[in-house]
Amino acid sequence: MPTNLKPTDVVVVGLGAAGGISVLPLAQAGIDVVGLEAGTWLTKKDFAPDEIRNNVRDWPMSVQKAQQEVPTHRLNAKAPTTRAGSHPMMNAVGGTTLHYWAQSWRLNPWDFKVVSETTKRYGASRIPKGSTVEDWPFGIEELEPYYDKVEYETGVSGQAGNIKGAIDQRGNIFEAPRSRAYPMPPLRSTGFIDLMTSAARGLGWHPFPGPASINSRPYQNRSACMYHGFCNKGGCHVDAKHGPHLTTIPRAQEMGRLKVVTRAHVISLDVDANGRMTGVTYVTDGQEFFQPAKVVLLAGYTYENSRMLLLSKSKAFPNGLSNNHGQVGRHYMSHGQSASVTALFPFNLNAWYGLPAQGVAVDNFADDNFDHGALDYIGGGNLWVMSDRRPISAASMGTFGRTPNWGSEWKAFVMKNADRTNTSYLQKTTLPYESNFLDLDPTVKDPLGFPVCRITADFQDNERKVAAMAQERMTEWYNAAGAIATQANPIGSMNVTTHAYGGTRMGRNPETNVVNEWGFSHEVPNLGILGASVMGTSGARNPTLTVQALAWRTAEYLAKNWKNVTI
Amino acid sequence: MADDPKSVSRRDLLKHAGLAGAALTLPSGTTPLAEAEQARPAATAPAMPGGKREPVENLTAAEADLLEAICARIIPSDANGPGAREARAAHFIDRALGGALKDQRDTYRSGLAALAAYCLSSRRQPFLELDARNQDSVLIDVETGAAASGGFPAASGAFFNMVRTHTLQGTFGDPFYGGNKDFVGWDLIGYPGIRLNVTPEDQRLGARLTPTHKSAYDTAMFNKAEADDHAH
Repeated sequence: MPTNLKPTDVVVVGLGAAGGISVLPLAQAGIDVVGLEAGTWLTKKDFAPDEIRNNVRDWPMSVQKAQQEVPTHRLNAKAPTTRAGSHPMMNAVGGTTLHYWAQSWRLNPWDFKVVSETTKRYGASRIPKGSTVEDWPFGIEELEPYYDKVEYETGVSGQAGNIKGAIDQRGNIFEAPRSRAYPMPPLRSTGFIDLMTSAARGLGWHPFPGPASINSRPYQNRSACMYHGFCNKGGCHVDAKHGPHLTTIPRAQEMGRLKVVTRAHVISLDVDANGRMTGVTYVTDGQEFFQPAKVVLLAGYTYENSRMLLLSKSKAFPNGLSNNHGQVGRHYMSHGQSASVTALFPFNLNAWYGLPAQGVAVDNFADDNFDHGALDYIGGGNLWVMSDRRPISAASMGTFGRTPNWGSEWKAFVMKNADRTNTSYLQKTTLPYESNFLDLDPTVKDPLGFPVCRITADFQDNERKVAAMAQERMTEWYNAAGAIATQANPIGSMNVTTHAYGGTRMGRNPETNVVNEWGFSHEVPNLGILGASVMGTSGARNPTLTVQALAWRTAEYLAKNWKNVTI
Repeated sequence: MADDPKSVSRRDLLKHAGLAGAALTLPSGTTPLAEAEQARPAATAPAMPGGKREPVENLTAAEADLLEAICARIIPSDANGPGAREARAAHFIDRALGGALKDQRDTYRSGLAALAAYCLSSRRQPFLELDARNQDSVLIDVETGAAASGGFPAASGAFFNMVRTHTLQGTFGDPFYGGNKDFVGWDLIGYPGIRLNVTPEDQRLGARLTPTHKSAYDTAMFNKAEADDHAH
């Protein structure tokens, strides 16, 4: 029998990018919160600039709960199942924000209205066959104040492109109106990034520095970025990269409203006979505890959110919590992050330092920023060029078919070219489809005996066409900057990824969505769900800022509607 | 394809010491490396620039010699400068096989034995006694899978790729882990080293940066515990 703990107002399951943000608006409203986190606290002393530990041996993610729960994957319901060797997310206070790239985008307006805008502009027949895409229950203007709140509360560097309708060519001219500029100017450019920026302008495009949750100057007593080059899969040695472990979590603790419990491995979300949340059960050091709460906010990663719901079966919810409409696990998307382009230049780029968030973006071919009338797909891709290189990965470069992979000839090639390549990052529209979903694996289990999540998903025609277009444009861009060779890389698969969406989609219709427009379950009024699992479209850019804006909004709604939610 | 003069002289030494391996009658299938190695003179840590080789930690001496020779063909010491031998890539792998790579210990044991046996059966000489060109031809067989009939427990190409990957890690990774000795790997590809505060000038095209030649752990700023777990 689990030990019963003292009841609290709200229990948040997972203190990562989403849960870690939600605790502050709750604390500010005087609500008591227990935050359960499977990982521990880490500090900047843990974040050595060490490619072997961080990148080769996946230290940030090793010895973690997530590593024991790596989802399985199959392309379709008839295909064989495989399992990746590691999980790209980590468990810690702050979650994967500890080692993420910290690109901090707002979605574009089209992402909220894919169905209605596509229908209006091109006709309903242009929605890809088999897609389950819906408009979001609101437009970007509803989310703008929360984007703004998170940008200022946590610190985001960037160049605005549209302040209240006034276009600024230095920023993203395609972004929705924002109420004010970013709290900090963008991260600085580099010689190579300047070169790429000029090349994009020469093509008639609109390049701009991307937004980053990294300080370009000291902000709120945290240091500015030192550009040391180990940001990718590494934590920040000066706390310039934001994570909620540095801001919203300690602020909520200082208010005396947040109790953080680390190494808490949640095993069930518990309901009473009427199907209302009573709290959650977790294990730490082999001991079981029951944490009673008036409200549960589930804030795990996308795979874990669906899995926890499906594992939490009860009389009221025989197919899993909040799953009486069979929607849990549906509308899964994993961002098109692969299908990049690698280029070789005839001179050194001096890209040994910097970070993935220090770069230049082109949005001309993203979303519906260009006319799709004569095309056979919808959506597009954001093109991103960055300054990111480490010695082992540099020496592991491909040789563009010019030499063997080892020996003296290879050595000469790598000595000459290790600092002459660049691989772009192309994020593309991915839509939800009937055939892409999450459920429980029938055979593979975690060490506690619970089934792991199973991904059934494959890129469809629309995604493949968008990827081909983005690679063509990227190749054109590299060539304009003087590249002497380019290589389009494969699209990969929809296996476990850092950009996973859906499974608990947000929408007004309970027949097709798990949570309502505020992020609360249609079936369980005192269960809220946070994370990219509620997003109904992927957009063509990193999800974290949107996840955080949604988390703030759901928490604020809870604080303002406490009686209705807990009645 | 100039080779490291020191390893050439070592090969000469072995040659003169008697080609016992060539005269051996081979059993079919896998020859345990220890048995195969008995065929050659008990010689001989490979000649080390600047001194003695480190004691082996997880491999046998014979396995370490063979691995060292393979690494030295993957990134040769040649007219363009030092390679995996000088970087001590094999030492990096040997050490890691007791820590982060311990799950691969058996793969190394069986893979090295299979490679030694394949070499004896197909070339009639131990790998260490072949010249660079013939060593390369054996490794190409292993890389392409042509050696698969020689008793490799898994695809021989997978074994080669694993060794190649670890050779690169041992040559271009932080010296804390036992490779990249004297920063030869970083100097080879022009990586100017760890800088904790990078200036705008450092990111200019054409900037000429002086190598820092520091390990991440030369400063007291970072916890070593996790890295130690991986190193030992």
